Amino acid sequence: MTTLKKPGSELPLEQLENVVIRFAGDSGDGMQITGNQFTLTSALVGNDLATLPDFPAEIRAPVGTRPGVSGFQLQFSSNDIHTPGDAPDVLVAMNPAALAVNLSSLKAGGIVVVNTGSFKETDLRKAKLDTNPLEDGSLDAFRVIPVDINQRVLDALSDSELSKKDKTRCKNFYTLGLMYWVYSRPLEPTMEWLGEKFAKKPELRDANRKALQSGYNAGDIHELFQGRYEVPKTDELPAGTYRNINGNQAVAMGVVAGAQLAGLRPVLGSYPITPASTILEELAGLKRFGVITMQLEDEIAAICAAIGASFTGSLGITCTSGPGMALKSEAMGLAVSAELPLLILDIQRAGPSTGMPTKVEQSDLLQAVFGRNGDTPMPVLAVSSPSDALEVTIEACRIAVEYMTPVILLSDNFIANGSEPWLLPDVAALKEFPVQFATDPEGHQTYKRDAKGSRPWVKPGTPKMAFRIGGLEKDTDGNISYEPDNHQAMTNQRHQKVLNVADTYPPTEVVGEAEGDLLVLGWGSSKGIITQASIDSCQAGRKVSRLHLRNIWPLPKDLDEILTGFKAILVPEMNMGQLTRVLRSEMPQHNFISYSKVTGQPFLVSEITDKIARILED
Amino acid sequence: MANQATLTKKDFQSDQEVRWCPGCGDYVILSAIQKYMADVGADPSQVVFVSGIGCSSRFPYYMNTYGFHTIHGRAPAFATGIKAANPELDVWLVTGDGDAMSIGGNHFIHLLRRNINMNLLMFNNQIYGLTKGQYSPTSPEGTRTKTSPMGTIDRPFNPISLALGANGTFVARTLDTDSKHMAWIFAAAHKHQGTAFVEILQNCVIFNKDFYDDTVAKDVRAEKTIDLIPGEKMIYGAESEKGLLVKGWDVQVCSAEDADVWDAGTESSAPAFLMSQMDDDPNLPMPLGIFRSVEATCYDKAVNQQIEEAIAKEGPGDLKELIWSGNCWEID
Repeated sequence: MTTLKKPGSELPLEQLENVVIRFAGDSGDGMQITGNQFTLTSALVGNDLATLPDFPAEIRAPVGTRPGVSGFQLQFSSNDIHTPGDAPDVLVAMNPAALAVNLSSLKAGGIVVVNTGSFKETDLRKAKLDTNPLEDGSLDAFRVIPVDINQRVLDALSDSELSKKDKTRCKNFYTLGLMYWVYSRPLEPTMEWLGEKFAKKPELRDANRKALQSGYNAGDIHELFQGRYEVPKTDELPAGTYRNINGNQAVAMGVVAGAQLAGLRPVLGSYPITPASTILEELAGLKRFGVITMQLEDEIAAICAAIGASFTGSLGITCTSGPGMALKSEAMGLAVSAELPLLILDIQRAGPSTGMPTKVEQSDLLQAVFGRNGDTPMPVLAVSSPSDALEVTIEACRIAVEYMTPVILLSDNFIANGSEPWLLPDVAALKEFPVQFATDPEGHQTYKRDAKGSRPWVKPGTPKMAFRIGGLEKDTDGNISYEPDNHQAMTNQRHQKVLNVADTYPPTEVVGEAEGDLLVLGWGSSKGIITQASIDSCQAGRKVSRLHLRNIWPLPKDLDEILTGFKAILVPEMNMGQLTRVLRSEMPQHNFISYSKVTGQPFLVSEITDKIARILED
Repeated sequence: MANQATLTKKDFQSDQEVRWCPGCGDYVILSAIQKYMADVGADPSQVVFVSGIGCSSRFPYYMNTYGFHTIHGRAPAFATGIKAANPELDVWLVTGDGDAMSIGGNHFIHLLRRNINMNLLMFNNQIYGLTKGQYSPTSPEGTRTKTSPMGTIDRPFNPISLALGANGTFVARTLDTDSKHMAWIFAAAHKHQGTAFVEILQNCVIFNKDFYDDTVAKDVRAEKTIDLIPGEKMIYGAESEKGLLVKGWDVQVCSAEDADVWDAGTESSAPAFLMSQMDDDPNLPMPLGIFRSVEATCYDKAVNQQIEEAIAKEGPGDLKELIWSGNCWEID
């Protein structure tokens, strides 16, 4: 082995506050793992961060083609940040397709690390490029760092007995090592991760570790970069213990926590669907918490089994995405009519129909609020970020059991797969809401309502309390009734019960002035982007306030008065204006401006700041 | 069981007025079930009747037990959730040929595949009753109804064959006109550990009156049907003079002495399937009785066992440990 200089010891170290990096390659290149490892390490270094994984629906689209490009963007910072960043400072492109697809989003003057080993004639053809971007001047505006990663990784692993194919597959760790060198990140967390991941395949563990180390060393040996960078740990985050979390992990924990706080067993009925499947996977691994998970034969069976569980006195849960929501709607109606608690998790993706399964959208809002036959009201809540998900999921459980109602929780692809540091909550301080089952036949009626409008919950198996319920209209005793006045009364009661949920909301929070020219009102995963856009706008001298809705239905009772303080209300949504429609119908006196985006990508901060500027200039 | 000897059939009747058409076969089945429950000393607080949509699916309202009248075709999925969440409950699913074989076909086969420990009573009248007389997936080819004025052109399901194909562990057929036979089958089904599928030929007096009379009417039944009784010779005929024997892939009529003994517990369901296919052969009797009765893992028990195993192995889950796991770091 050649004697190494201490890596990077003679190169200048520049401090940066923020870096946005995007790893892009073929679906089989391991870009999601690379991104996740960079994320993990940056979190452990103490940076604030936000991520945006962006991958195709196909598991392996044809190699080297544009549809097969998988990307992972993250922003890491020594400041308190709210988004994965609008435009990358650094693009790592593993092949021509990845370069072609991602180059337009790169910042002017940004760095492109290119794997030149994958820029042969055939690679260019697969990416539908007539000329080689490394030679045709299309990269002139950027700092290009050409590295033949394919060859370098083979050289580094020349001693290994792995096949050439297996050696080549280590190239993502070589790349990761190189980027760790550039940004002065420690190798240990990934080394450790590789040790766990390949515990049973030591040859793969060693090869990947060697690739990582070689990539790191290469930064120094080959003098690819003029200097290294450092993004110091943030001191802007509140003190406490943190971990990195993605939305689906946090929702799964919320399900366990919510059921425990209610004193119930969680029973999940589910059918795999992107991007909700990982909730089923997470919960299937939590059997020691008493969680029952059932992978049913279809979306309908999944919700029906969950309702069956609720019928027995467990907390039924189902998780799905838009197309599955559509299939479940008849069963949701039964849960509303029978008045049984149920948690419905809708991890939204781009529609209509199958749409774009791995891309983000917020277009199930109207389906969630109104999409059922009959007058079928149901509370709807929305998660705004991975670190918000535990609390909102618990809140959804509370509403479900306290009001004996199905509750829909909306999340989306951006939250589900995106991750961020999460200030861990004080678990002992989580408020319990234990369920009291009815056991006394004296004066009991199946649909006798309490002050909240909620009916009693009886567990089958309880002596002398046998009841029959179903989807036919019933009277207070639970018996079938087609009486005109009874149907009117029951419909009113179901409607009022759901409206009563708003009595338990905390006051709605406005960030910024309580009155002004413009309020930005958002919901769901655009919270971070709206937050950053509002901060940027204020810094640019444009006064805006912001409000983020957690409770989509029923709307908070104080919302109307809050909106009165603003001349205009901007509602950015990743749909064609669905929340705006609800707001306009419920509170028609306000001036709502819908800002719609449905590209399958989150809003950029700059899109919102530009929109704010245009509105305020008018 | 609780309350043994103190409860009568009447105790299993709810206070609701039964609203089936006069003469409907459902009345007899309801009465047979209520009597069976009383006879075995069932505890009404442990019993749940689940149903989908259709005439038969009103059944739970008339039982003084727990009941859940759900949505069309999906009752098996509700029952699966009920049993997984509480395997102690004694669950009976009541469905019809439309509910189970048509809109609920998918859930039907998966219920049998999972072998949930419960009873599935399918009332087969070969017609849609509640929607007023359209053909069903069990209507014989050529059936003329309002939606098939020139006769049906789709081939019907044979419910027994379908249940066997779905790996049903208990498959039986009985008759709404024979309370004694029903009681025998209900007892065997109830005793079975797993999904017990019982097809009950049931008369729809309005839209498909006496459709089964050619085979099961009093005067022809002995000649036209055979009772499959596990462990007993396959014998039928007015004088019990005829028998069945299986030769190769064929079922043949023989004398009573030469008849084979019926074995419902063979590892392969092929013999039961052969029997089920006799329905289509005019020269062979239609089988009633128990086609198949074998043991297999019950999903509802197994799903709870896995939880116990996980707790035994990893200890009971701790919420703080779960949330505060993974790579944590401190910010001061």
